[in-house]
Amino acid sequence: MHLDSLYQEIILDHYRNPAGNGLQDKFSGEAFHINTSCGDEVKVRVLVQDATISQMSHVGVGCSISRASASILHDLTKGVSVVEFNRLLDEFVNLMHSQGKMIPDEQILGDAAAFAGVSKYPARVKCALLPWMAMKEAIEGDSRE
Amino acid sequence: MSFDLADSVLDDFPILHRRVRGNQKLVYLDSAATSQKPTEVIEAVSNYYETTNATIHRSGHELGELASAAYESARANVASFVGVESGNLVFTKNATESINLIAYAILNATLLNSKDTNLYRKYALKADDEIWLTEMEHHANLVPWQHLSKVTGAKLKYIAVSEDGELQFDANQITRKAKIIAVTHQSNVLGTINNIAEISKVANLNNALLILDACQSVPHLPTNFAELGVAAAAWSGHKMLGPTGIGLLYLRNDLLTELPPFLFGGNMIENVTFEQSTFRSDNGRFEAGTMNIAQAVGLSAAVDYLKNVGMTKIHGHESALIKYALSELLQMPGIRVLGPRSADNRGGIVSFEVNGVHPHDVSQFLDAKGIAVRAGHHCAWPLHRKIGAVASTRASFYLYNTKQDVTDFLDALSQVRKYFKVV
Repeated sequence: MHLDSLYQEIILDHYRNPAGNGLQDKFSGEAFHINTSCGDEVKVRVLVQDATISQMSHVGVGCSISRASASILHDLTKGVSVVEFNRLLDEFVNLMHSQGKMIPDEQILGDAAAFAGVSKYPARVKCALLPWMAMKEAIEGDSRE
Repeated sequence: MSFDLADSVLDDFPILHRRVRGNQKLVYLDSAATSQKPTEVIEAVSNYYETTNATIHRSGHELGELASAAYESARANVASFVGVESGNLVFTKNATESINLIAYAILNATLLNSKDTNLYRKYALKADDEIWLTEMEHHANLVPWQHLSKVTGAKLKYIAVSEDGELQFDANQITRKAKIIAVTHQSNVLGTINNIAEISKVANLNNALLILDACQSVPHLPTNFAELGVAAAAWSGHKMLGPTGIGLLYLRNDLLTELPPFLFGGNMIENVTFEQSTFRSDNGRFEAGTMNIAQAVGLSAAVDYLKNVGMTKIHGHESALIKYALSELLQMPGIRVLGPRSADNRGGIVSFEVNGVHPHDVSQFLDAKGIAVRAGHHCAWPLHRKIGAVASTRASFYLYNTKQDVTDFLDALSQVRKYFKVV
């Protein structure tokens, strides 16, 4: 079934057991984003120390794609520098806008490579990007960096 | 109960025969968003461009005369379809513009009243006045009124919606302070058909303007605005088999002749000098600039089509479909139906939640099987918050949907929770 390329097992696993779910008390920046077309929401908190992400946490309501994306983002960015995060973000945004034509680099994107199938469904790209964009703002909003 | 209607009209809708998502049959259950178009409508639009196209009301040549006649005969046809005079009907680009037209006209009345004579006093809003809406309004019948309230200071008030999706209308809440009551005829989420006659009585008793959002009623129910006693009604052409780009606004005589214009420019004027302008006193005052002529002509063909089939028959067909869908959905494990649990007072719309699966995932799963439904808040975000749903999935029916369409939808829906492994 074509649908399985969208809903890969990795995505559904993260959806059912999201990592980093629940906001941490210690944080240096936070952001709240809403997907205006469906009302899905996510709040992201980051703790950035010495230009390195030591912790990302999130809460939200949303579809499997947006919730799994937040979970995978949590795993992928732990201990990663802000510079490296921006590189990951660029890579992920490119993948999301590739309309299914880009083969993701699993070495770089890890579990986030599983979202390659999402890029074939324009209406769902926003779902996958929602926590990424919130995290970007949470990092940039951290005035101490 | 008869489901025969769809079989006799299916061949009139070319798009319903195309394949989607690979080579699958299209099951189109999103007519509350927009309806599909019969060949008659598509041909009326292309025929207009091939034989008649010109600007209306201004060109003295033969094509100009023919185009003007086609546009005005479309107006007469649509007006008679909803039981009003042709002179009381205004064409707009969509229902949202129709509602904005009234809201801005009242805003203009308020602004002009404070500077001018008492010309618009009847419509000018003050801080003590009330604008009444219901909790089930579409954003189109909510956001313009929020804006009007913000600028004029008039208070926004809401008629509550009960847990089972019915209006909790209390006539005692409406007093002389109520200047506007803007209500949907049928909810685009819950399917609830509201008792407009009851609200109309109270509105007229208190001299409040009752403005009806008729987007989900005119395409599906026999509707007569004169009988309902409303001051104005807004609806769209594209939900009633017509083209996109054509909206409708019925204005009662007092509003038609007394409200100041919303859009200013060509056609709507009476006389223009460098210093100032005067405006037409008929419905042309609200039709500034070149109108969507081909779309009006297409809509007229849609009205002919609907009249030919018969609105009572269409409503009966949709009632049969919703009765069948509702009885099955109410028994399906993990499904929470929003709105009335009985099909009696419902149009052909059913929205629901699937326990453990987000509406976007539900609709994606159905789409993979060729079934087109809508997921989201359906432009009724406050209503969803009120009934405790982030969003919902909506299936909506029209005259071309077969019983098999509903069966296919129900079969697919019963597999959703297993696919997402929440059972």
